[in-house]
Amino acid sequence: MSPSPNKEALLQYCLYLADNSLILGHRLSEWCGHGPILEEDIALANISLDLIGQSRLFYSYAAEVEGLNKSEDDYAYFRDARQFRNALLCEIPNGHFGTSILRQLLFSQYACLLFEKLSQSTDTKLAAIASKSLKECLYHLRHSSEWTIRLGCGTEESHSKMLEAIEAVWRYHKDLFADDHFEKEMKSSGIAPLSSSLYNEWVEKIKIVFDLASLAFPDQTFNVIGGRDGKHTEHLGYILADMQFVQRAYPGGEW
Amino acid sequence: MSDNKDKNWPSWEVFTQVKSGAPHEHAGNVHAPDSELALQNARDVYSRRNEAMSIWVVKSDQITATSPSDSGPFFEPSEDKIYRTPNYYKIKEKVKYESITK
Repeated sequence: MSPSPNKEALLQYCLYLADNSLILGHRLSEWCGHGPILEEDIALANISLDLIGQSRLFYSYAAEVEGLNKSEDDYAYFRDARQFRNALLCEIPNGHFGTSILRQLLFSQYACLLFEKLSQSTDTKLAAIASKSLKECLYHLRHSSEWTIRLGCGTEESHSKMLEAIEAVWRYHKDLFADDHFEKEMKSSGIAPLSSSLYNEWVEKIKIVFDLASLAFPDQTFNVIGGRDGKHTEHLGYILADMQFVQRAYPGGEW
Repeated sequence: MSDNKDKNWPSWEVFTQVKSGAPHEHAGNVHAPDSELALQNARDVYSRRNEAMSIWVVKSDQITATSPSDSGPFFEPSEDKIYRTPNYYKIKEKVKYESITK
């Protein structure tokens, strides 16, 4: 019999999952109307909508856990950057198409491994959200893997753009696996795996895609972490300014 | 023109099946550099609200089609010979199963 988890830990864990999806979903939504071709514009917007949908489910569950009658919007629109718990990878700028694709690949592979485990969780609600999200993330992974391979093996220019992408993105990947004490508590209550326990499999899977893409697996050891502690890059503030402005100026406004 | 052809991705015709056993029907087309990405684009463009359970894509230039100028020789000859269709023939009252066997 596993001990029942501290409510605060479960709340913070749900917010971590929700913030990851919301912030990356918001980032991808910036591609809408700017995609390299019509079909890809639609594809990126679809992925964005999937992620925002996932974040709504996690925020709703967080509200239920916290029990203060909050709504999804309270978490999304009325918290400041330091209260956001998303991994840094989710908030970094879109850059060019290759950068957004690489960021998506690294995140989606993590999300697939995490949700696969989480769909077996003893917390039935988390398990249900995870198994629904897993199907979406598997498609995101397929989409970003296929593109990584094509850009890596494409032309000299597309290959060098992927090298730029690695340069821009790679230093943030370790933050996905930086367990915090809430996550450790989830692990000891049997609710969720430690993100760090997914790392080796993640590396293996990413290596396969990089190999197919003729991209050398980066040996860069400089990493930035801190998302779960609310220590974000400067970019998150700008995202929140865009995303939260209307609700902050007209609280509760609807249209 | 040829320059343009090199830069643009080929066009693919998309066929979607709405339920198991139903025929794959033409849904439209997408641009894509290869068949896998054509499938993904077709999924994103024509089944983003779960409209399909199976998708086929085929390169548009692999389809051989009749041209509008063919429509005379191809289709019209069948229109003016109504005796080609069975409902042209009236079945006489007398010719009933019973009367034949008697």
